[in-house]
Amino acid sequence: MLTIDNLTNEIDGKAILKGLSLTINAGEIHAIMGPNGAGKSTLAYTLGGRPNYEVTGGSATFEGADLFDMDPHERAAAGLFLGFQYPVEIPGVSNLQFLRESLNSQRRARGEKELNGGEFIKLAKEKAGLLGLDMEMLKRPVNVGFSGGEKKRAEMVQMGILDPKLAILDETDSGLDIDALKIVGSGINAIMRKPDKAVLLITHYQRLLDYVKPDFVHVLAAGRIVKSGGPELALELEREGYAEVLGAEVVA
Amino acid sequence: MTALALPTRKDEAWRYSDLEAVAAIWPTPAPTRIDVAEGDSVRHHLLQDAGDGAAAVHDYVITIADGARCDFHVLNIGGKLGRVTFTVTIGSNAHFELNGAIIGGGDQVLEIITSVTHAKPDSTSGQTIRSILGQRATGSYLGSINVARDAQRTDAFQSIKAMLLDRTATANAKPELEIFADDVKCAHGATVGELDKQALFYMASRGMDPATAKTLLLKAFVAGVFDDVADEAVKDGLEAAALARLEALV
Repeated sequence: MLTIDNLTNEIDGKAILKGLSLTINAGEIHAIMGPNGAGKSTLAYTLGGRPNYEVTGGSATFEGADLFDMDPHERAAAGLFLGFQYPVEIPGVSNLQFLRESLNSQRRARGEKELNGGEFIKLAKEKAGLLGLDMEMLKRPVNVGFSGGEKKRAEMVQMGILDPKLAILDETDSGLDIDALKIVGSGINAIMRKPDKAVLLITHYQRLLDYVKPDFVHVLAAGRIVKSGGPELALELEREGYAEVLGAEVVA
Repeated sequence: MTALALPTRKDEAWRYSDLEAVAAIWPTPAPTRIDVAEGDSVRHHLLQDAGDGAAAVHDYVITIADGARCDFHVLNIGGKLGRVTFTVTIGSNAHFELNGAIIGGGDQVLEIITSVTHAKPDSTSGQTIRSILGQRATGSYLGSINVARDAQRTDAFQSIKAMLLDRTATANAKPELEIFADDVKCAHGATVGELDKQALFYMASRGMDPATAKTLLLKAFVAGVFDDVADEAVKDGLEAAALARLEALV
């Protein structure tokens, strides 16, 4: 589904990713862990196409197409979803309006019929219910006045409605208490744990992986994947720390 | 405001105007007079959508008697020069409310000029103006509030916000207060900004094409200006005209 080959990038002239390669197949859940400043969020933003995240080398192929050839909204229409560590507040635009325009933009781009108001509300209700989010919340402006946990839950409702092929979730677990973590975790499983979908979880902690079981765990350090393994690697990292598992010189 | 001599840049109220366009239609039509009788409440609106290249100047002279109220909604979007001015005198326990939007592109010069005089005690006024300017357009709001010596307990505000879509567009906002009473509240705020890049990326990451995303943000920016237009048909007309102008801009 996604093949990243020897990816390098720069932000304001500073190299962050330094030859990162990773392949994700349909039906798989991958987790990327790594020390602060390793380039985890940069990887997510670069794949999402955030302005100023300049690709300087390598490639990313998504469902057979060159990802970097597409604008951010075209990547979304192709089936990519980026979960934000810090979801953006948009005063004056309601969640429902935001999501309906997003979904219908995607559907137009794919040559599908747009959803009318009634069809959309039905879909939104179903997905909000899945994440235990009150419909009243969706009538409010996007993320404005939402707590950290509500923002992350709202992100997962967005994911449910947009129904992507690949979700890249950047620290979706940060700012969540235990109960919210469970809800978000089961939301990810319900929406994305399917043979034709895939997930790339970016996280600092093992605890999300108790709820969303990864098939593969990778360690990102200094702009590269330096170690890959199964779920046991996350437990080892949690127990021993990055320096112990990777060697101090890799982490530094 | 009709004078015999053509205005010049030295006239404060004409400082940012398109004087060449004004010269072509000089002298401008006589002002529209609105006199609101004691205790009355009136609503007016103006959709200024003159054709491309035209110059349009609308002057209003409004007198609001004691205990009366005037609500004015203006959408200023048309012409090479679109200029709307208000000279308002407010009596005791009376209120003036102006809600306006300026939406311009190309080489348009669009202006709202107000001079509000609180002549007697216990009067209030509110002015809310939202401007969206693209390409080489200039949008100006010049607003003076004058509080007479006896006009104690005057409560007035101006809220001016402008959004620039291009580096080449210009917004001018100039509040001016002249206060001769000592128990007075006059609040004014002016901001000039551009579309939130973070919000635009967030919207794009959800699949929204750039034009749809910009239009949605701009609609949110001007939302509220026409909320309290009482006549639904008038409201729909103003909102539809604003949206059509926005969509042509992004």
